[in-house]
Amino acid sequence: MPTPSSNYWQGFQAGLPFLLVIAPFGTLFGVLATEAGLTVFETLSFSVVVIAGAAQFVSLQMLQDHVPTLIVLASALAVNLRMAMYSAAITPHLGGLPLWKRALSAYFLVDQTYAASALEFEKHPEKTLAQKFAFFMGAMTPICPPWYAFTLLGAWLGEAVPADFGLDFALPIAFLAMIAPALRTGAHVVAALVATLATLLLAFLPYNLGVLCAATLGMAAGAETERRMQK
Amino acid sequence: MIDRGDLWLVILGLGLGSFALRFLFLGLVGDRPLPEWLTRHLRYTAVAMMPALVAPLVAWPAATGGQTDPLRLLATAATLGVGLLTKNVILAILSGAVAMVAGGYLLG
Repeated sequence: MPTPSSNYWQGFQAGLPFLLVIAPFGTLFGVLATEAGLTVFETLSFSVVVIAGAAQFVSLQMLQDHVPTLIVLASALAVNLRMAMYSAAITPHLGGLPLWKRALSAYFLVDQTYAASALEFEKHPEKTLAQKFAFFMGAMTPICPPWYAFTLLGAWLGEAVPADFGLDFALPIAFLAMIAPALRTGAHVVAALVATLATLLLAFLPYNLGVLCAATLGMAAGAETERRMQK
Repeated sequence: MIDRGDLWLVILGLGLGSFALRFLFLGLVGDRPLPEWLTRHLRYTAVAMMPALVAPLVAWPAATGGQTDPLRLLATAATLGVGLLTKNVILAILSGAVAMVAGGYLLG
């Protein structure tokens, strides 16, 4: 009979490979945030409070472009909408926990903890609630605290890197690298293409509203393509 | 320079908002299923939002005063190309960075 602690270690092992993603991205965020003029404390607070890589990069870029705060928030939250999907998907497994444990799990629910746990819970539906929670906390351990630690490392490095180092393009490159593997189906490709075309055509709109409109159009195009392909 | 008030408003607002999105179902809705049309749209938020954000940065980089720049197009092609071929995020980033630095020397 497995104990909660052995489930914790199973989770830890499942989460460990994601360290390869967390380390460079956390460091990059730390470097870019300090390049943008944030202090080490502000940079670390960003990662601890928000704990969502892509949304942090998006909002940092928009803050630098002096986009109005409400638009920054709307855009970054739009990037994070998928968290609501993870929340819905993990609820059948962790929904029976007491409120404070559900709140704790919600805080640590990011792409990588979700991916590691969802895979395991589908393979082993016989796990008890306590075992699943232990596994989730195990998976979180090599993912979330390192996110803070590498942000901090990047912030310290960033203070040493000269400001004019061609770093302006590090952020677009990071996004472009994340887009390619996300294009899993034809519908994903359609969504990305429509969003790209729309954002260039709507670039004249003020306050980066073109980006939000283009993303909405892209989502609708992806959803519609998926619906037609299912027929 | 980023305004300090704006910065903290975004950090705290985004933190609260992201937590709300994560807590929404786990904490409040329970295990009732989402409407089909909504989950279908949500599946495409990331692949739509990222290109929408990045395409103008590629086409009209601020660093060149909004002029389309062959060097940055080269780095874009390298990142996207390697990303599509290998599905490896880290390898794609490295390719883009190498293209940016090497292209910078070659194009002067």
